[in-house]
Amino acid sequence: MVEQLVFYALSGILVFAGSMVVTVRNPIHAALFLVLSFFTTAGIWLLLDAEFLAMTLVLVYVGAVMVLFLFVIMMLDVNLVVLREGFSRYLPVGILIAVLLGLELSMVVGASQFGLDIVPAPAHHGAGYSNIEELGSVLYTVYVYPFEIASVLLLVAIVAAIALSLGEHRKNRKGQRPEEQVAVNRKDRVRLVQMAAERPDSDTP
Amino acid sequence: MIALSDFLILGAIMFCLGVAGIYINRKNLIILMMSLELMLLAVNINFVAFSHYLGDVAGQIFVFFILTVAAAEAAIGLAILVVLFRNRQTINVGELDSLKG
Repeated sequence: MVEQLVFYALSGILVFAGSMVVTVRNPIHAALFLVLSFFTTAGIWLLLDAEFLAMTLVLVYVGAVMVLFLFVIMMLDVNLVVLREGFSRYLPVGILIAVLLGLELSMVVGASQFGLDIVPAPAHHGAGYSNIEELGSVLYTVYVYPFEIASVLLLVAIVAAIALSLGEHRKNRKGQRPEEQVAVNRKDRVRLVQMAAERPDSDTP
Repeated sequence: MIALSDFLILGAIMFCLGVAGIYINRKNLIILMMSLELMLLAVNINFVAFSHYLGDVAGQIFVFFILTVAAAEAAIGLAILVVLFRNRQTINVGELDSLKG
């Protein structure tokens, strides 16, 4: 009973936060409501015994991705009035599409297909259960190649993001100019100096 | 007991909110990306719910990879957004017509 109460409370908060994300005027408020919806989703995943993913969602999304969003929103000096134009014009069609899509989806995934009598709720794991251990024992054996591909993907994303944001003509940009490196010759770099031979007096035998 | 369909309907509602956000905020590129994040979140709720009710941990592994790809997508998308704003001084989708499409 308590579990159901928690689920419905979290669901209410999640739906409220999600609808605020798409309707609120200020993008900063939208980003903060998105943070709220990520937190709430982490709570719902805890109800589903996915502790590792819930913590990952909070750490990665709230800690990294949403902070990135907030940085970008605050860095860009956007004109909100222009960006809001057409909001009330597109609102009815947006609501219509959402309601239609929601009705169709709930016909497919509703209680007649996935209700308790068809998919019974499994018992929760005991106190000695470790979600991280179970995930890791599969992730590093069966899914080790996808795991490595994901790491390469992250590396590519790092390089791409840095290369994009450094830009083309920055003052502090460091790079090679191969044509100048190839065209270099000896007289640009080496300078031969003619000078008289000298011998300090202390060296005389 | 909470049924599997409750979680699936919650995911469906969140997905619809994301779709509606794309329709409503079609000028603001940042809100469009946030709507995409909402839709990915809805899909992840479905994966975790199925993983729990079917007793198969593969669903959670899949969510793990979706989170990875979504984080990379957000980082690159925001970097492109910053470059775009530096070049055009706008993120209005209606003014981004230099490809003449």
